[in-house]
Amino acid sequence: MTAETIIQSLASGLLMGLLYGLIAAGLALIFGLMDVVNFAHGEFLMVAMYATFFLFSFFALDPLLAAPLVAAALFVFGAVIYLLVVRFAMRAKANAGMVQIFSTFGLAIVMRGLAQYFFTPDYRSITHSWLGGKTVSIAGVFLPVPQLAGAAVSIAAFAALYFFIHSTDFGRALEATREDAGAVALVGIDKNRVFALGWGLGAALVGLAGAIMAIFFYVYPDVGASFALIAYVTVALGGFGSVFGAFAAGIIVGLVEAMTALILPPSLKSVGIYAVYLLVVFIRPRGLFGSL
Amino acid sequence: MDTRFAQRRRRDLIMAVCFAVAAALVPLFVKDVYVQNIMVLTLMYAALSQSWNILSGYCGQISLGHALYFGLGAYTTALLFTKFGVLPWFGMLAGGVISALIAMALGYPCFRLRGHYFVIATIVIAETGLLLFQNWDWAGAALGIDIPIHGDSWLKFQFARSKLPYFYFALALACIAWLVTWWLEDSKWGYWWRAVKDNPDAAESLGVVVFDSKMGAAAVSAFLTAIGGSFYAQFVSYIDPGSVMGFQFSLLMALPAVIGGIGTLWGPVLGAVVLIPLTELTRSYIGGSGRGVDLIVYGSLIVLISLARPEGLIGLFSRGHRGPAR
Repeated sequence: MTAETIIQSLASGLLMGLLYGLIAAGLALIFGLMDVVNFAHGEFLMVAMYATFFLFSFFALDPLLAAPLVAAALFVFGAVIYLLVVRFAMRAKANAGMVQIFSTFGLAIVMRGLAQYFFTPDYRSITHSWLGGKTVSIAGVFLPVPQLAGAAVSIAAFAALYFFIHSTDFGRALEATREDAGAVALVGIDKNRVFALGWGLGAALVGLAGAIMAIFFYVYPDVGASFALIAYVTVALGGFGSVFGAFAAGIIVGLVEAMTALILPPSLKSVGIYAVYLLVVFIRPRGLFGSL
Repeated sequence: MDTRFAQRRRRDLIMAVCFAVAAALVPLFVKDVYVQNIMVLTLMYAALSQSWNILSGYCGQISLGHALYFGLGAYTTALLFTKFGVLPWFGMLAGGVISALIAMALGYPCFRLRGHYFVIATIVIAETGLLLFQNWDWAGAALGIDIPIHGDSWLKFQFARSKLPYFYFALALACIAWLVTWWLEDSKWGYWWRAVKDNPDAAESLGVVVFDSKMGAAAVSAFLTAIGGSFYAQFVSYIDPGSVMGFQFSLLMALPAVIGGIGTLWGPVLGAVVLIPLTELTRSYIGGSGRGVDLIVYGSLIVLISLARPEGLIGLFSRGHRGPAR
């Protein structure tokens, strides 16, 4: 193993990690807002990837141009899912935790079934896009352009999210609802509206991630499942309740995955991520930046 | 006040005996192999979900990684039999003991975690087990293990022609899991577990040894789950990592208890009786097209039941009834 291979895989691990952070951002945002883990998060990603694929195949729209449209569509989708399903799950007086897990998990199964029904289980891919298959070489390190774009989008999205939460009225309403959902009602903030917008925003973030992922990854009904677990681990590693913890944890997860793949057979690369998660929570039971 | 609880327990026991006898008689009238197959699976899931319910329902430590213990049971039995010729009955016991020990070894660090951190730890540990088995060449790696069948034998617990022996074993397993739960409900452990579930800090201050309670629940739960896994290996006579240790399995085990009524004696049974036949029927009648309609029906059902009956379907039967004594 030469120093070059190590630098090379650290670099691609970093890029993938930034993308993992972006995938996890929506999950972290929703959890931070209302203590709900969305077990259909991977399926939101799947929907975004299909949307990107169809915009490409019907309108020849490049994924980069499609990304804002997909994010907007997912915003609406997320808000609708909140209003149709999650809102009722929040009302459960008994077993609230299990109701949330299993109502969103049931939703995930329905979405996978619908994807199979309408799009068939076939693997699809975007064959030629502006960035697909291209690499650049920076100081002797080869970097795939789609992942590079994903990393840039991730950094931009987190920066925008930071500005949004700290400097806009809605962001403040979001923070206030997070602090005390009962008290905000007294100052005239509609809790349900904030939650719906939170779900919309969370879904829009995973929409961005999905549009980028569709450039270099196959699109199929179960695609979300493989990334959902990484997203859960990322959010927990960063600490539930901390959106920017998810950003840092995403980078760690990407780097650990790349390093594990160097040492162990590639099929075991996730074991490194799992081990690091367990190690961190055994020492810090609330993750790296958890606030709960 | 205690007498009402005692009365209820006696009634539960009588009901269970009636159900068990009725179930045992069903194969006299139902000869269809397809239906018998569904009945075996229903009983197996009732037993598995009852075992899951001990740790997650009664003690409140939500595990979404029970596929690990199921898989360990299946693999221990299959490996001991195919590699060393050890009879499945001993393999079953070995699988149970190994799983219980591993559950306690894992519980030692994990039971410090709370809420979603714990749930994700259970998922991640089971996934690690899955990946290790997929890469473990001696244990058949991703291809799995074929258990050779040499005709019907109770000694080797394998039956090529008839499903009936499997049916009666699954029935016995479901009864044992139920009885263990029934017995534990009114034991010191049962009260401790409910206290730990409701408020671990208060329980600790009242002298409940929270950590030991969780360890006990994990051991019993893992042991019974592994027995179910051993049974499954014999029943299907072919196992591979994905089919016995996959994440889906952890959810499938939890689902009957959640749908029926988590942390209740009858919830897992009721959930399995409703859910498993429905799953199998939708799969064979609408799932044949391979177009995912079965998934849509199944998923919608989970969403609807969990939203409409958060306390589980058991709530339909016992209006105003408060569950076990506290």
